[in-house]
Amino acid sequence: MTEAELRELAGKQAALGEVRGAPGPDPVNAPMIRHWLAAMGDTNPAYLDKGLAPPAMAQVWTMQAPRQGRSPVDDPMAALDGAGYTGVVATNCEQTYHRYARVGERLTPATRFTDLAGPKQTALGVGYFATWNVTWYGDGDEPVAEMLFRVLKFRPRQGAGEERPPYPLQPAVNQDTAFFWEGAKSGELRIQTCADCGRLRHPPGPLCTRCRSSHLTYTVASGHGTLYSYVVHHHPPVPGRETPFVVGVVELPEGVRVVGNVVGCPPGEVEIGMALRVAYRPMDDRLVLPMWIPEEP
Amino acid sequence: MRTLTADEVEAGAELPELSVELTPTVVVSAALATMDLTPVHHDTERARAQGSKDIFLNILTTMGLVQRYVTDWAGPEAVIKGIDVRLGVPAYAGDRLTFTGTVVSREGGRVTVEVRGKVSLGSHAGGTVTLTLPPAG
Repeated sequence: MTEAELRELAGKQAALGEVRGAPGPDPVNAPMIRHWLAAMGDTNPAYLDKGLAPPAMAQVWTMQAPRQGRSPVDDPMAALDGAGYTGVVATNCEQTYHRYARVGERLTPATRFTDLAGPKQTALGVGYFATWNVTWYGDGDEPVAEMLFRVLKFRPRQGAGEERPPYPLQPAVNQDTAFFWEGAKSGELRIQTCADCGRLRHPPGPLCTRCRSSHLTYTVASGHGTLYSYVVHHHPPVPGRETPFVVGVVELPEGVRVVGNVVGCPPGEVEIGMALRVAYRPMDDRLVLPMWIPEEP
Repeated sequence: MRTLTADEVEAGAELPELSVELTPTVVVSAALATMDLTPVHHDTERARAQGSKDIFLNILTTMGLVQRYVTDWAGPEAVIKGIDVRLGVPAYAGDRLTFTGTVVSREGGRVTVEVRGKVSLGSHAGGTVTLTLPPAG
């Protein structure tokens, strides 16, 4: 979503005005007040003596209210997430108390989306300040408390030392295949080898296909090969990948064929029989994929 | 517990300091007492997975502690009219939250107090609390 579209959405949500939510699941009650006072270490006797709730409890009464339709805040928050502003930190909480809520009454919240300001450069990164107001109404439909709440939705910086998001297509690593992926991480193309008869096989499996032995080891391949077959993938889109890309079957001099992407040259220049060598591409902080690039002449 | 009367309070007066040790029990029990079940306030592993050092105070608790800080000083007959807080660094379990406060103004029975809540990382919450006090006599 562009800046203009975000602004337009914010304007539309603000124009909705105040949207009522579901009433709190329980009326204002002494047990919850007592529990809250104990947790805060607050020994003020006035509340329970007079049958009144501490004012800062206003929001507590509706925290676990069932969701009823959409709040006007939902769409702007989702749009900001979608635009990459995935970080969130609350910056302001301003509460006004018209009176203390009374034991026995039920509070109902109503939410107004008030403002979206940005993009602004902040210490956490570029972001938008989103502001909304909640009013809690008592049984008599008069406001008991109001709150202005402001959050900064920011685009997290990809600083040094920060984790990259995980590549969306993760291989299924198990007891039989872990050695292959460990090898890729340390720059080795490991091919499963039968410890009894010496046969190489790829992809790896639990038993030797020739002698049925389960004593398995691996051989480190030279990393050279020739392209046996390939496809150029244009469609459908693949998460984490830009199309088109080439998926090849590479024949190794060791005697097995390995599937992998052919990179480092335009798809139009890929041809069967071309000489390739392996290249290790980190996809995220944990996964390394062996890929194939043209052998320099 | 006695309540201050309006004439006993003047601008510039300092509130006694209140220091709250943020044990995991305090953080978790206050999160639950405020009906905030967000995992970062009670589940250490989940909090760390999201990049936090530890579980930390939820905002409803911060508001509650600010309210308590002022009524501890003002007394049970004081009526809190509003709390405006700028939120700062997180208040992690294992840290200590220390409140200081200064009366900034009084008009009749209406008093405004500036409150500062600090943790080892800096300002956790700072702002103003408005309250009314009963008249003298």
